[in-house]
Amino acid sequence: MTKKIELSAGQVPEIGASQIELLEKLCNATGVSGDEHEVRQIVLEEIKLVADDVKVDALGNVLATRFGRGEQRVRVMLAAHMDEIGFMIVKKHEDALFEFVRVGGIDERQLPGKPVLVGREGLPGVIGAKPIHMTTAKERQNKIEQSALRIDLGPEIGEKVKPGDRATFATRFAITGPSIRAKALDDRLGVATLIELLKHVPAGIDLLAAFTVQEEVGLRGARVAAYAFDPDMAVAVDATPAYDLPHWDEDDENDRYNTRLDAGPAIYVMDRATIPDQRLVTWLQETAQDAGIPCQLRQPGGGGTDAGAIHKVRGGIPSVSVSVPIRYAHTAVNLARLDDWANTLRLLHTALGRITPDLLAVERRGR
Amino acid sequence: MIDLIAHLKTMLSAAGLSGFESPIRSILQEAWAPLTDELGVSKIGSLHGLKRGQGEPPRRRVLISAHMDAIGMMVTGIQDGLLRFTQVGGIDHRILPGQLVTVHGRQDLPGVVVQPSAHLLPGDAGDGPVEMKYLFVDVGLRPDAVDKSVRIGDTISFAQEPIELTGEALAGHTLDNRVSVAATTLCLAELQTRVHTWDVWAVASAQEEETLGGALTSPFDIRPDLAIVIDVCFAQGPGSSDWRSLPFGEGVGLGYGPNIHTALYDLFEQKAKALEIPYQRDLMPSMSGTDAMAVQVVAEGIPCMVLGIPLRYMHTPVETVSLKDIRRAGRLMAAVIADLAPDTLEKIQWEG
Amino acid sequence: MKSLIQKLVETPGPSGFEYAIRDVIHEAIGEHADEIRVDALGSLIARKGTKTEQGLRVMISAHIDEIGLMVTHVDEHGFVRFTNIGGISPLTCYGGRVVFMDGTRGVIGLDGIERDKMPSLTDMFIDVGATSKADCPVKVGDVCGFERPFLDLGKRMVAKSLDDRVAAAVAVEALKRLGSTPHEVHFVFSTQEEVGLRGATTAAYGVDPDVGFAVDVTRSGDTPRSNPKMATALGAGPAIKVRDSSFIADPRLVDWMVQSAQAAGIPYQMEVLEAGGTDGRAIQLTRGGVPAGCVSIACRYIHSPSEMVDSDDVENAVRLLVKLLSEPIRLT
Repeated sequence: MTKKIELSAGQVPEIGASQIELLEKLCNATGVSGDEHEVRQIVLEEIKLVADDVKVDALGNVLATRFGRGEQRVRVMLAAHMDEIGFMIVKKHEDALFEFVRVGGIDERQLPGKPVLVGREGLPGVIGAKPIHMTTAKERQNKIEQSALRIDLGPEIGEKVKPGDRATFATRFAITGPSIRAKALDDRLGVATLIELLKHVPAGIDLLAAFTVQEEVGLRGARVAAYAFDPDMAVAVDATPAYDLPHWDEDDENDRYNTRLDAGPAIYVMDRATIPDQRLVTWLQETAQDAGIPCQLRQPGGGGTDAGAIHKVRGGIPSVSVSVPIRYAHTAVNLARLDDWANTLRLLHTALGRITPDLLAVERRGR
Repeated sequence: MIDLIAHLKTMLSAAGLSGFESPIRSILQEAWAPLTDELGVSKIGSLHGLKRGQGEPPRRRVLISAHMDAIGMMVTGIQDGLLRFTQVGGIDHRILPGQLVTVHGRQDLPGVVVQPSAHLLPGDAGDGPVEMKYLFVDVGLRPDAVDKSVRIGDTISFAQEPIELTGEALAGHTLDNRVSVAATTLCLAELQTRVHTWDVWAVASAQEEETLGGALTSPFDIRPDLAIVIDVCFAQGPGSSDWRSLPFGEGVGLGYGPNIHTALYDLFEQKAKALEIPYQRDLMPSMSGTDAMAVQVVAEGIPCMVLGIPLRYMHTPVETVSLKDIRRAGRLMAAVIADLAPDTLEKIQWEG
Repeated sequence: MKSLIQKLVETPGPSGFEYAIRDVIHEAIGEHADEIRVDALGSLIARKGTKTEQGLRVMISAHIDEIGLMVTHVDEHGFVRFTNIGGISPLTCYGGRVVFMDGTRGVIGLDGIERDKMPSLTDMFIDVGATSKADCPVKVGDVCGFERPFLDLGKRMVAKSLDDRVAAAVAVEALKRLGSTPHEVHFVFSTQEEVGLRGATTAAYGVDPDVGFAVDVTRSGDTPRSNPKMATALGAGPAIKVRDSSFIADPRLVDWMVQSAQAAGIPYQMEVLEAGGTDGRAIQLTRGGVPAGCVSIACRYIHSPSEMVDSDDVENAVRLLVKLLSEPIRLT
């Protein structure tokens, strides 16, 4: 048994130096879907003193519970995925260069000329590109196909890398003014948020925190986590793209921005995996309004979060998603605003504090 | 002692398209009866065989899941005594013209897949490879006899007889995945002479080629602590030479990727090394394309291993396999299972 | 039954927003069920009968959601951009009319694009008659369904959302007509079918049936130059599904359904649907697996605002369902 740190229920979590430091550690760690080892270690270390119960399940999810106090506590599952998009080494060629494939959705145009880290030791390597001198104008009109690219770790890499090893972009975390610049903000922002919420759980609920695996390859960890927790309701905490750049034609309006930076946490009304429970959408919107926390609706459309798996488990689990907006998701360099993250944490903490059994006592309705 | 070729040929003679597995299931019931303590059938047609362990109850459970269903075709329409059809499972329409088939109507009818002349097809549909919707099966009967014997929804199996090639290679249809079922039979046979503390649940699963239905449902009822999914994988051959294909006849594939628990992978790799059973790491960077995609996420999640038997010409009627690899897979599974101790599960951890 | 069908098709209820249509179903069932509940995803589940020695727990699933649109953006001039809820072809959109859940109406317009190019939904917008963003009555996240009056052509009827409101009507009617049954029958009016059989997935887990049947529409192959060909036709009776692209019906149930139809003198046709899925999959794959089948009603122009079914097929689907539920189910 470990000793639990007692925190007062009303204490509101803030984003300060230690939270940023934790996020930095999380973002710089490697956790390609199926090999979330390094992120899991950080999570386990962070939550061991605050959670009442922690287990690592068959897929590698970290399932942490913190019980509230009082009668009729609602069992609330929060899910944030530990895994990130990346690469797997699939073949060593005779020239000591490594063939690789993408894991998760990465645009192949993002690959050429990028530094990477390979394997659990994080060995440095590069994805090169053919010198422009040796390309033709016609060739440059086509994408550089991933199959033409290799990871190069130098001629004496020997047996230190083998097929099956994972790799990620090597981008290091940085704060630039009001922004965070890092790889894997999707979804280490969610992971960091969940850790803070575990440390500051409102008393009226049981918090069932799932740090999930394999989200990027099909929401797989969340499904079994939800089955194990069997919660009353669930919130997926994720990061979602902000395509809020200007339209090339200045006269044209960008009407497909998905979300915008500086507009606060993004609440989902529909993606391809989930039509969130409207009771929970309203709960979040009203919380934001009452508490004066900025928030935005994520434009309905594509994409999906862990909620897509969770809500279909067992007899159905009312679910919603909240994301921190980030630019350049699924590339080497993501960019988010510290304020959006802080407001996401604030919104979730405040909303969790307002939950009563009445929230789910009415039938699922529209608005 | 199991006669592997005879066992395989018996299985290959039985129909059993996804969702229609009863013929192959009956054969397996007979084959597995002497090798198991209990046999049952799931509500959607998977065969469950239990071979009890010798440990003290409550015993841990290990699941072996090998799908028994076959790809094939299904009648969608009857026109002038000719049968239109669609596929069950994934079939490249370009391999179909001229194939011998069996139509499972009111009685089994021999037939052949035929390609109409280009001038009978709309536009340029007859110029390149002819799409499946334009092909027919001709059973050689007159229209009125066909109308009496065949109805929409009847299944069609490949009729290619198995062919023994040199070097213990066998060719035929539906080796995907009857070779893995055969390996499971070999494993059960080997376990007859060995002590194993865990309960062994051998499942010949239904509907892998369409819905992964057997693999989604059987583990829910059985609730195994560990699962071994065995299926065919790509062997190197014409048109399949890249990293996804393993050398033919040179060992089993040990699946490696998100569907597989790494500690279980390590267990298999160590055992293969110890027994000098040749193996290759079979990389599955995202999904394995096997029953493990389903088994792994049943209920609270099940640690999975994926074994692969390298196979050439997958999803054609002349799939080709090396019998050596089938024996290796059976032996490796038996050896790993015999080694499972009451406390092994505690060692199947993600960290430590 | 036509008046019930008309009422059902005229009530909006895109996937995830089935509350109004659920109330209509609830009212239509009235006192005919022994017990009614609503599950976490909003499916309405009406139980009738109790399980006898020869009986089983049977799930019947007809989905009550329909395809629709959701607002993604309102531009500065008050034009409304949208995304689809369920499978919607741009072919059926331009010039169409929509009605929002609060009654707001609008028409679908099209950006100026090349004439012979197939537009995508992102090239389209809804015009609700607003002059600016400020006076536009709809906002991001609002949902609407298509609007098209019910048309009674005598033997045939035409409406939007006959997929799957006609099956919901069949299920309601079968529930009402079902006299004595050896079974405990759970009529599930499921939600979110059009976006991935979601309501039936959780309802099937909750009901935990021994056997299940979906009731849905299927493609009809009897229109000119139909491609790919399909052997179903309007008026040829309810279709007994062998398979669709989502699941393979239990062959034991298929044989039993065929024999039951023959025994009762109910016309039927066999169905192999190459593109499209139904709640049958969700039932079949729940828990440890469930034998599942499907009774279909042939329907032309599916997912257009003018779907067409045959009245006799609808009546015979009710008869078949009542017949199937009145006797022991043979699973051999």
